[in-house]
Amino acid sequence: MIQGLVNPRRGDRLFEVARAAGGQQQKQRPKGGGEESSGSGDGAKKLAKKGGELKEEMDALIDEIDEVLEENAEEFVKNYVQRGGE
Amino acid sequence: MQKRIYGLETEYGIIFTPEGRKTLPVEKAIRFLFEKLITTEHFLNVFLENGARFYQDTGCHPEYATPECAAPRQLIVFDKAGERVLEDLQNYAEEKIREERIPGKLSIFKNNTDFVGNSYGCHENYLVDRDVDFYYLAEQLIPFLVTRQIYAGAGKVFQAQDGVHYCVSQRAQHIYQKISGTTTNDRSIINTRDEPHADREKYRRLHVIVGDSNMSEYTNFLKVGACAVVLQMIEDNYINKDFTLRNPVKAIKDISYDTSCRRKLRLDNGREYSPIEIQREYCEIAQRYIEQYPVSDELRQAVFMWSHVLDCLEDDPNRLDTKIDWVIKRRLIESYVERFGTTWNDPRVFMLDLQYHDIRLDRGLYYLLERRGAVERVLSDDEVIKAKTEPPSDTRAKMRGEFIKLARQNSIQYDLDWSNIRLGNLLNVRVICNNPFETDTEKVAELVRTIQRTNLRKTSLSKLVIQS
Repeated sequence: MIQGLVNPRRGDRLFEVARAAGGQQQKQRPKGGGEESSGSGDGAKKLAKKGGELKEEMDALIDEIDEVLEENAEEFVKNYVQRGGE
Repeated sequence: MQKRIYGLETEYGIIFTPEGRKTLPVEKAIRFLFEKLITTEHFLNVFLENGARFYQDTGCHPEYATPECAAPRQLIVFDKAGERVLEDLQNYAEEKIREERIPGKLSIFKNNTDFVGNSYGCHENYLVDRDVDFYYLAEQLIPFLVTRQIYAGAGKVFQAQDGVHYCVSQRAQHIYQKISGTTTNDRSIINTRDEPHADREKYRRLHVIVGDSNMSEYTNFLKVGACAVVLQMIEDNYINKDFTLRNPVKAIKDISYDTSCRRKLRLDNGREYSPIEIQREYCEIAQRYIEQYPVSDELRQAVFMWSHVLDCLEDDPNRLDTKIDWVIKRRLIESYVERFGTTWNDPRVFMLDLQYHDIRLDRGLYYLLERRGAVERVLSDDEVIKAKTEPPSDTRAKMRGEFIKLARQNSIQYDLDWSNIRLGNLLNVRVICNNPFETDTEKVAELVRTIQRTNLRKTSLSKLVIQS
């Protein structure tokens, strides 16, 4: 067994919140995706117990992302032009 | 081949964003990056103490090529170490830019595209047995590589005429041929550049230029690990099924646009398979293969992960939102869009896509997820940090790395390439190492000792060539 591959599945847990809110997610998804089913049954059960706590954790994560996200997104993306490489 | 040399070359995107009227051309920003690397080699093209090569590539991209590695896991340790090396150089360059009084910010991204259609690559190199017919190998490998993006893709947001889309792969839209010799236009799935930097009678280099650069260690390991298993099976003539695609170049784009990974592709024999089904076929053959043939523990682990990932993709790709780059990033964007009640047309969505790949630990969104425990890791920080300065212990890179350290300590001038170590102005004083598995650092030490001894009578050196 390779070191690190056996991992506490903390990461999985964190995103389960968003999965449980599956219906809403589907609406937000851009075109081109969309065929896969959303959410899984046992995930939803676990969530019933810890849902609130995980939702908070998830929101905190997204807020943190928003804090470090480039402020002038539109300008930055527009200017991000690279020369072709290999 | 059970023993194999692996290498990864990563080209980075780089941009300076001025906060004022004064700006900095990218050429100059790159010179600042290189300034810290004090060496007697050519400027903008140097080898590092860990045996890796760092240089400026076509289109002004900083490029890091890992040292020769002997296994996939080691390879991704050294690929990750490259990000950390570059981050150090970026910090230094930012200081220099401040000294020059040019307000602004330098950003470096480990991705493969901008938003206007330019691409820069992540090239995989595998040393393969010269006895295997190259075109046979390529034909067997292409259906695998075309469909591999469903778990190796880094994901990309893009604006089309009918709105904003998300696709699986960064690179897929920039592939125009099955096999070719060029890398900057008419890019292909497999490149014919055959520079083994080793005994050409025994080995050839397989140069795969179709893959995405990965942030996720899990994705990166699986990308290389699964490919290595398939290569070994091809060399052993084990694959007895034909998955030749009717139009692999069209298929690679179609798959990238289909985030369900289920849409059927037509094979040359008229049958139709989804990308998941093609990968499943390869994976099942691999599961049988590892029961019958000697295969390293690591590659066995890769097969296990591969099968698990395919199960998840079949059930619901979102189950991979801690493991596979394109799914992690999509989940991140979806959560952001939901939390702030915006839409995919928001420019911030494109910024999220880009900033996921920012190499800085404090700015990169991938690293933010990593700190929060929201992605699965394969490596430890300690081994990545060690790999910034310590070469792999079981390949030729060890000799190169040791030499660089000794040469620096002793202020010896040198010049390097993958299979040669040359000294001072006497370029025929050198160690040639054509065997990439060679690790005899005593030869290097001997060379350095000889140089020290003979400083006074340089002429006697001119014929010294140590061949290994």
